[in-house]
Amino acid sequence: MSGSDHPGEALLAVEGISLNFGGVQALTDVSFDIKRGEIRAIIGPNGAGKTSMLNVINGFYRPQAGHILFRGERLTRMRPGLAARRGIARTFQNVALFHGMTVLDNLMAGRALKMHCGFFWQMLRHGPALTEEIKHRHAVELVIDFLEIEAIRKVPAGRLPYGLQKRVELGRALAMEPELLLLDEPMSGMNLEEKEDMCRFILDVNSQFGTTIALIEHDMGVVMDLSNRVVVLNYGQKIGDDTPEVVKQSQDVIDAYLGVGH
Amino acid sequence: MHVFQQVLIDPFLQMAGAPDLLAQTLWEGFVSGMLYALIALGFVLIYKASGVLNFAQGIMVVFAASTLVGLHTAGVPALWAVILAVAVMLVLAIGIERLVLRPLVNRPDAVLFMATFGLSYFLVGLGELVFGGGSKQMITEQLGLPSGSIALHILRGTVLLQRLDIAAAIICAVLVVALALIFQYTRIGRALRAVADSHRAALSVGISLNQIWVLVWFTAGIVALVTGIIWGARSDVSFALQIVALKALPVLILGGFTSIPGAIVGGLIVGVSEKIFELYWGPLLGGGTESWFAYVIALIVLLFRPQGLFGEVIIERV
Repeated sequence: MSGSDHPGEALLAVEGISLNFGGVQALTDVSFDIKRGEIRAIIGPNGAGKTSMLNVINGFYRPQAGHILFRGERLTRMRPGLAARRGIARTFQNVALFHGMTVLDNLMAGRALKMHCGFFWQMLRHGPALTEEIKHRHAVELVIDFLEIEAIRKVPAGRLPYGLQKRVELGRALAMEPELLLLDEPMSGMNLEEKEDMCRFILDVNSQFGTTIALIEHDMGVVMDLSNRVVVLNYGQKIGDDTPEVVKQSQDVIDAYLGVGH
Repeated sequence: MHVFQQVLIDPFLQMAGAPDLLAQTLWEGFVSGMLYALIALGFVLIYKASGVLNFAQGIMVVFAASTLVGLHTAGVPALWAVILAVAVMLVLAIGIERLVLRPLVNRPDAVLFMATFGLSYFLVGLGELVFGGGSKQMITEQLGLPSGSIALHILRGTVLLQRLDIAAAIICAVLVVALALIFQYTRIGRALRAVADSHRAALSVGISLNQIWVLVWFTAGIVALVTGIIWGARSDVSFALQIVALKALPVLILGGFTSIPGAIVGGLIVGVSEKIFELYWGPLLGGGTESWFAYVIALIVLLFRPQGLFGEVIIERV
């Protein structure tokens, strides 16, 4: 499933991003865009700068050069709070959940930005604060239904097996009702069945909610099945940017993955 | 046989023989337990939100009380002195967030813990520089705290209740219930727990670490001020009080580092049991048991229930 010319304007564009840590050049002059409604894959060998790229997009890292355009707004100094407010949600390569909290509370935490009731009402847990809590609880229940995690609602997230933790983490991101969803290796460490479930969820999120998705993935089969377009990074530089079919044939990409004989 | 009699029977005969003395001891244990609980509460607040044991909590108690007394001595009316002391705690919280916590985001917990050591020395130095190192009298009367005592003629004898202690118990109860409810049932409480569990995940859902930290250190500062007022009224305000603050450690181990109700119950258990033990079993061991008994309880709890009585179960994946 993919079309070489996906319709829709760019939701997000990174332009000329360069990032270094001391002497280590993590990203060099990387530019690409993500169109509204598409699933965009970012691939590349280990250490290519894929996660760094996501960290730049949601403001964990501040690049030395370049900027981000999100919905036409030029953001040179992205911060995580700003990214979240603008509608960018993400998951992490090694799951980052709130381990001591229940699945339900994890998802409710995802709605932190959407709840505005004052401290005073919250202390009373009455009036507007209660109405607000109920409203958001309803929204969270929809996500729980969608991800089929009804049974583990009240389980502390830290007790769940890894595959389910990844699903809960996706749920927390979805609870934010994001416009752009960044997934850092959503299938890593999963068995085949869990991978198929996760693929289905990603496709459903994209088609049912119209959420734009950027994902990092190593499994080329998954990338081919899911994504509309693929960016290939190697040693912090962009070496390919096209549909999965074209990228798969590209000599540069094959060299990067398999190594070149000297 | 003789030892058996001395340890397991005699103390209980003494208790039954003089129930008024037992009641008096229980009450005193209850009140000092309340104070342990208040100090432990300050630790729990910060531990919950930043996953860090704040070594400086004891100093914050002394610092807050010294500020209050110092302001009053300088001629500020009592009510204004309280308001200004609260303001000072807010400034302190903002300062700590800017200068200590913010530069250390995402560092290992041990680094933050060491930073709180530095903070405690800084506060001792600052406090002594501004207010002097000597011990001071708490402005009990000016704050409207009651004095004197009530004598209850019950249990074939007399039990004396200090009015101040009764007031302290009520203040503690209100403070604790309010904080426990906020943590458990509100968005802010959820945000605090989220920050404690994972900084980057909290950031990614848009929770502001900086706001949460200022809020939690400020709350801990207010708890410190209340503790300082009550403790200062019972003895006096001096930097020696920080030693007593270390008693919060066994309380925390007993109650669990992450539980507000745990801090309270832990404080009460430690306060009551060390007083009872000192009175009835102390003579068998030559007295002075109050200084170590709490740590023995903590050690036993660590062996059988490392997360404490009420703490979140420690889940570690390998």
